[in-house]
Amino acid sequence: MTDLVGGEYVIEVLYIIAAALFILSLKWLSSPATARRGIFAGEAGMLLAIVGTLFYKGIVDYKWIAIALVLGTIIGVPLGRVAMTAVPQRTALSHAFGALCVTLVGTAEFYLRAPNISKFMMSVLSLEVILGSLTITGSLMAAGKLQEVLPQRPITYKGQNIVNLGFLAIAIAIAVVLVLLPDHMYLYPAMVIIPLIFGVLMIIPIGGADMPTVISLLNSYAGLSAAAMGFVLDSKLLIVAGALDGASGFILSVNMSKAMNRSFSNVLFGAFGQVQPAVAGAQETRPVRSATPEEAAAILAAANKVVIVPGYGMAVAQAQHKVRELYDALTKRGVDVTFGIHPVAGRMPGHMNVLLAEADIPYDKLLDMDDVNADMPQTDVALVIGANDVTNPAARTDTSSPIYGMPILDVDKAHTVMVIKRSMSPGFAGIDNPLYYLDNNLMLFGDAKQFVGNIVKELSGNSGGH
Amino acid sequence: MLAAFIGFEVIRRVSPLLHTPLMSLTNALDAIAVVGAIILAGEQKSQLATILGTIAIVAATSNIVGGFIITDRMLKMFKVSKTPKP
Repeated sequence: MTDLVGGEYVIEVLYIIAAALFILSLKWLSSPATARRGIFAGEAGMLLAIVGTLFYKGIVDYKWIAIALVLGTIIGVPLGRVAMTAVPQRTALSHAFGALCVTLVGTAEFYLRAPNISKFMMSVLSLEVILGSLTITGSLMAAGKLQEVLPQRPITYKGQNIVNLGFLAIAIAIAVVLVLLPDHMYLYPAMVIIPLIFGVLMIIPIGGADMPTVISLLNSYAGLSAAAMGFVLDSKLLIVAGALDGASGFILSVNMSKAMNRSFSNVLFGAFGQVQPAVAGAQETRPVRSATPEEAAAILAAANKVVIVPGYGMAVAQAQHKVRELYDALTKRGVDVTFGIHPVAGRMPGHMNVLLAEADIPYDKLLDMDDVNADMPQTDVALVIGANDVTNPAARTDTSSPIYGMPILDVDKAHTVMVIKRSMSPGFAGIDNPLYYLDNNLMLFGDAKQFVGNIVKELSGNSGGH
Repeated sequence: MLAAFIGFEVIRRVSPLLHTPLMSLTNALDAIAVVGAIILAGEQKSQLATILGTIAIVAATSNIVGGFIITDRMLKMFKVSKTPKP
């Protein structure tokens, strides 16, 4: 018998090492220089934990475990190889998978233990299952919207919040009943199904521009439900990993909300994105100056300092490699080129950084909002590529604007602003952008990839002539 | 609680530059829930538990494998600008 006790002890030790490796892994992620070491730490921790678990004495049959591990790997490899522009969808999808795992385990545990289940156990199990199941459908919906399988526009109707909160309240009420009276096992399926519906309803009213916050929030839910599962299974490792995930999701969602000057509840319950009809009417009359690629190239070539502000439009147009060529062409001419990245640019936190890094742009040229804004008055040209709301000066001045108070990149303070955009239509938030009517602004109408390509052609043509 | 606190401190220091890899890495780490699923599928206490556990392992493993691969791919891309040669 002693060696069995010894075996348990070994598993515990392996779990503690794994937990420590996870924390180290995140610590190393704090700098790009050490980040890849962080991955190895994470992988090592994961491997130790899984191997340790396989030695668990209660396991009687390995057949299904092996099949499932192989199958999971087969699904996982292509998911790890998606294009960088598809990373937001993939992340949402993996939140759904994680939550699915947690919910299934919670369900199995419930039917193994109920009705002899303590109040504490039932409470955390309910938390696990409710958070888990709403994350499954919520993440699938988010992935659908990001993949553009589902409409990206927010869909709202009257009384939506009341209906949504009603569903959540019912789910919580069922959980309370199950905690107090675990005999009512027939209620359990409802506790899974109702949050599943809630997950769908929760995402329906959320527009594309809010996706960074929502993905972070779902990340946090997935982590919290895993931590709750850790309490159910009495596994410290799981609590640690879940708490880390929950905390990172939470921090990111707070960051994102701050970057949009909106509270959590505002993002979740206050779907904005209705075009303001009054502003839309005035749009026709105001003059807009536009320029050709040749003119744009000439202005860029004459500049000393250029800030490029990328947005989701760059991702859609897959323009990051052309942007890289532009960066090269300008740098070669001695122009100082940096990138100004707004925290919510794109569809998930850090989205733009990954795309630009993919295009081989050195990360020390990617600056965050505060740094860029400080330099903006000394900037000759701010080139906005597919970004809209994050550059909208109405956020500073117009108290009636839905995005009033949101920190923005002050591109209007640069000597010249050039905006590459397909048309004058408002962005995802559906808000008209007064930037486009300013005297120092030039609109460059066209597809981001083509337009940047044309500018590059123009620049290299000129340099050949001299 | 301690883990959450340490996690909080550590994660707050991650630069916005790496937020996407951060999310995909924590996602992969979160899939450690697979250990619970492995025990369920292995113990075979009931048919339901075995089935649910097996599906759960598939879901979690795909997250582990996919999550680590993509995080690594992303981080490989982050490079410092070469110092211009005189």
